[in-house]
Amino acid sequence: MAELEVRDLGFRYGAKQALEGVTFSRPAGSFCALLGPNGAGKSTLVALLTRLLVAPEGQIAIAGQDLQQAPRRALANLGVVFQQPTLDLNLTVRQNMRYFAALHGLPRKGLDARIDAALDRLNMAERAAERVANLNGGHRRRMELARALLHRPRVLLLDEPTVGLDAASRSAIVGHVHDLADEGLCVLWTTHLTDEVRAGDHLLVLHEGRILADGVTRDICGQTPLLDWFLDRTGAAA
Amino acid sequence: MTGYWGVARAIMGREFLRFVHQRERFLAALVRPLVWLLVFAAGFRAALGLSIIPPYQTYITYETYIMPGLCAMVLLFNGMQSSLSLVYDREMGSMRLLLTSPFPRWWLLFCRLFGATLISVLQVYAFLAIAALFDITMPLWGYVAVLPGLVLGGLMLGALGLVLSSFITQLENFAGVMNFVIFPMFFLSSALYPLWKMAESSALLRDICAFNPFTHVVELIRFLLYLQVNWIALGWVLGTTVVLAAVAIRAYDPSRALMQRKG
Repeated sequence: MAELEVRDLGFRYGAKQALEGVTFSRPAGSFCALLGPNGAGKSTLVALLTRLLVAPEGQIAIAGQDLQQAPRRALANLGVVFQQPTLDLNLTVRQNMRYFAALHGLPRKGLDARIDAALDRLNMAERAAERVANLNGGHRRRMELARALLHRPRVLLLDEPTVGLDAASRSAIVGHVHDLADEGLCVLWTTHLTDEVRAGDHLLVLHEGRILADGVTRDICGQTPLLDWFLDRTGAAA
Repeated sequence: MTGYWGVARAIMGREFLRFVHQRERFLAALVRPLVWLLVFAAGFRAALGLSIIPPYQTYITYETYIMPGLCAMVLLFNGMQSSLSLVYDREMGSMRLLLTSPFPRWWLLFCRLFGATLISVLQVYAFLAIAALFDITMPLWGYVAVLPGLVLGGLMLGALGLVLSSFITQLENFAGVMNFVIFPMFFLSSALYPLWKMAESSALLRDICAFNPFTHVVELIRFLLYLQVNWIALGWVLGTTVVLAAVAIRAYDPSRALMQRKG
């Protein structure tokens, strides 16, 4: 059964068609890279999936819950790491996590243990009492990832999560999220960087608001390196 | 439902922590009305004669007259500050986090509004306490009776801030709010001079002042401080709060910035 299902999704900004007929579905335990050049419609798709924008056309279901008809149940199953940082820099890591937990209606009983476990998974446990303003970019991203998993979502959406990170932090985050997919999470990772996509990953290519390719990366590209295939098809710099 | 209460507590707690971290904001909120009270009022008292008007039963000093207006001024500036921080949150991304909560959007916005109002009310009490040190005091029970009026006035002005924030797309545009909202609202009200005094110079100005909802916040506070209820002011403030809150919740579109950037 599909954990994330998108059917005939369309959206326009005034006269400009941003997305048209976008359809795909992803099961549990899969890592799906959503690749597209700048302006392809990735951010619009993320805004629709997180209900920051409401789609006038099409359907989105998260863990079997229709986002339009049952937004609470759908959003409760969705973890999000936004491209733009969403941390309160003046608060500590733990205060940020507690704030998020309350926004998702998590019970206070046992919450600290849950936060500790989530931070520990990302080797951030010792940072719990630090103010976020004192963390470097890589640690902030890890913290945001830990936070997105706090309510144990079934679908994890990451919107260009490695922007601004150094090579080591990028590699660590990419590796960790692949591990999460192996453990059963349905992951949708948006990016415009082809080197973040592995040959065995599922690949969705978004171009000019439409799905250009949908399949396993190695099946889509064959022997051609992904970067060359991507540039050839989209005519964009990756 | 415990989840709803938990969300309320978290959002209000965050507002409080944010306030604690911005000591300059607290100082500014106190210094502004104190300057009016201790400097401007000293000069104005000679220029303005006051007659005995309700709720006062005797001649009062000008400092006593402007106290309710200055309390409302604290609420007004905080309402606008809250609007500024909403625009900031939207630009900084933390609004996205709030709005992807599974709880209804109206509840999230109401908690935000109520939290900001409580912070405003705290500042008003701090101002009243400092004024009392300078011997400008109200009836003792007036300090208690005024609480619901402060909360209601704070909600009204906070809702106004929320409405404004839904139309302000960028932080830079905020200066316009100061010129076109805060100053006219404050000066065209009964905060600094009674309406009858205004009528002496212009009937039209008096009518504008009487129509200004901020005047009614001031009068509601003024009467409550003297343990009376100004029902007309209460009706105005309640009505305006309901209308503004409805407009705010309907008009508040977190994606506006996103839409405008793309459009």
